[in-house]
Amino acid sequence: MADCFDEMRGVDGAIRPAYAGLDAWLRDLSPDLLDQRCQEAELLFRRIGITFAVYGEAESTERLIPFDVIPRILSSAEWSLLQRGLTQRVKAINMYLKDIYGRREILKAGIIPEDLVFQNQVFRPEMNAQKVPHDVYVHIAGIDIVRVDHKTFYVLEDNARTPSGVSYMLENREIMMRLFPDLFSRYRVAPVENYPDELLATLKSVAPETAAADPTVVLLSPGIYNSAYFEHSFLADKLGIELVEGRDLLVKGGVVYMRTTEGPKRVDVIYRRVDDDFLDPLAFRPDSTLGVPGLMSAYQAGQVTLANAVGTGIADDKAIYSYMPDIVKFYLAEEPILQNVPTWRCREPEHLTYVLEHLAELVVKEVHGSGGYGMLIGPMADKGKLAAFRTRIEADPKNYIAQPTLALSTCPTWVERGVAPRHIDLRPFVLTGRDTVRIVPGGLTRVALQRGSLVVNSSQGGGTKDTWVLDT
Amino acid sequence: MLSRTADNLYWVARYVERADYLARILEVTLRLTALPLAYVGSTNEWESAVATAGCSRSFHAHYPEAGEDSVKEFLAFSPDNPCSIRNCIELARTNARAVRTALTSEMWDVINGAWLDLKRFNNAPGSREEFMHFLRWVQETSLRFDGSASRTMLRTDAYWFFRLGLNMERADNTARILDTKYHLLLPEDTHVGGPLDYYQWAAILRSVSALTSYHWVYRESLKPWLIADLLILNPKMPRSLASCYENLVRYCDALAEAYGRQGTSQRKARGIRTRLSNLRMEEIFQSGLHEFISEFISDNNELGGAISRQYLM
Repeated sequence: MADCFDEMRGVDGAIRPAYAGLDAWLRDLSPDLLDQRCQEAELLFRRIGITFAVYGEAESTERLIPFDVIPRILSSAEWSLLQRGLTQRVKAINMYLKDIYGRREILKAGIIPEDLVFQNQVFRPEMNAQKVPHDVYVHIAGIDIVRVDHKTFYVLEDNARTPSGVSYMLENREIMMRLFPDLFSRYRVAPVENYPDELLATLKSVAPETAAADPTVVLLSPGIYNSAYFEHSFLADKLGIELVEGRDLLVKGGVVYMRTTEGPKRVDVIYRRVDDDFLDPLAFRPDSTLGVPGLMSAYQAGQVTLANAVGTGIADDKAIYSYMPDIVKFYLAEEPILQNVPTWRCREPEHLTYVLEHLAELVVKEVHGSGGYGMLIGPMADKGKLAAFRTRIEADPKNYIAQPTLALSTCPTWVERGVAPRHIDLRPFVLTGRDTVRIVPGGLTRVALQRGSLVVNSSQGGGTKDTWVLDT
Repeated sequence: MLSRTADNLYWVARYVERADYLARILEVTLRLTALPLAYVGSTNEWESAVATAGCSRSFHAHYPEAGEDSVKEFLAFSPDNPCSIRNCIELARTNARAVRTALTSEMWDVINGAWLDLKRFNNAPGSREEFMHFLRWVQETSLRFDGSASRTMLRTDAYWFFRLGLNMERADNTARILDTKYHLLLPEDTHVGGPLDYYQWAAILRSVSALTSYHWVYRESLKPWLIADLLILNPKMPRSLASCYENLVRYCDALAEAYGRQGTSQRKARGIRTRLSNLRMEEIFQSGLHEFISEFISDNNELGGAISRQYLM
């Protein structure tokens, strides 16, 4: 961990300017006070009920995501780079999706192999030649960013389906402001609290033409047993829109309605947090009880907007990820501002050979996995595990990609009565509406709380931090 | 408002009210069984508690006989009893969680806090003292929940559905006490009121937290027909059938006015209230207290069905 870039101390140990105030504050602070504040934070989170569910753990169906009270700070210059890079990337993603479900120029140009798209289970033939309002497919993207040195940010993943975590960005800030007003007086931190307004404006801007002047927007949730249910209810509340489940909606005469105490009411835009597969039992999985029969046909007829659009998985699939720099160049004729992590595609024989030879140094991911499951971290694995993974890769090479084990940047973190560096990543949220891309300055910083661990996923013991973007 | 949201609000209120009712029944039963037999007779009070709670059938599916341990366990903590206090609090919290946005943060705080605190009691009655402490805690939870609803909720349809649930449950509970204990309340000439009944009467009043109110309203020693009057017809008593129906009519009407549409619920609620306000205790006794109660319970259920069909589905 010694040669890692630390957000506060760089590589040489000198405090970076953005962290000077934090460093001084930390040195003034008694460990007891910090400990006490941590406990207060935990109590606040538990009382407001900010919990998430961990699948496969019958014992504790609701758990708190550990919250670290030491913020992660980005200077305005760093943020401006990220902002430009994110905007560029999401623009390209939307153009790519329009192309894939339309003229398929990128396939004709031979930039992406056809089978990667057409044989991909997240490709939705139902979307072929389908028009979506203002050509926006990904209205909400959560792009995962990691940092490896003072100037290099990599995109780790483009979450273009139903990214979650934005409620933590908002609540973490609220709690920090409550617990440490003093610290905020030392910094000018750009606010994030306008995110719900920006989101609502984005969603309204893509309402179908048939909608009323003030369109009705709802948030579709799988329900209280979903791991992100807290976030769904939190956002619906902040946006002032109904939080609906599949059974609250019905489709009649090609139009979507919600069942209200005053009878059916028309719905124009659905911010859906239900996966494609479960949206409509008539179009996708027939056993889905979370969906709305007929929703897909109403969508195809342009009577309702789904955000994000159906079929966006073909943009954030790990098999497609390695082509993202080419995608940016192809549609925008620009050099990508944010780089990808170097990636070997096991489907390509020479890449496969390299991966198998260097397995112990690499991170290997399943193309369709998420949440840190089904992943091999070479340097952490023992011989048995390496051998087992090797067999799996050889049996089905195209199901895997590999990346170098990145020295993710670290950030000072409060651990068992002391401050120590822990690895972090960043998920900013990018909103795309009719004619603007909006990004609130900040995002969700996830932190791997175990010493040396690189896994930041909340389902695997990661925590979160407040993310500050400085105003000057 | 979403029908499901209205349904959840209605049931949050019902479950919390039911938990409160069960706690009072258990408290009263503990009191009665602490008295020497000479004062209360040899009836099985635990059996009667199960009947008053309305779960005789499910209880006897699990236990052959009602005794202190089994009833305490079953009514307070059993996961097998869908209406145990523990399940009521869990269900209330589940419903509340599904409508987080329709509840105020104060209400959420009470119900979520109660759900978290519930673990403290280890799902077992413990000593009598610990158990009494638990029962008090349940009643305090319901008071705080009710109080935060009164103090913080906007007076919109969300509030009205919430209050409909509470009053439906309350009417049902009071009717159930009357249904189980009606024989104790029959007029003087058919029943000899001795010390035996005195403690039973006091127990009935306690189970609707109305022992003190009784004395203020009637300024008399305990008389069974006055107790029946207090529980059924007296609109001053918040748990009387008459009072519950005042409220049910009020909230049904508020909904009808806001939505600009009357329906079966409004007609049904008004019909029952009119009946209650025109009746006198003598008439009820003449045509049979038990028959009256049975009919009321079925009317009340019909109103529940009507509200559900009109708004909650």
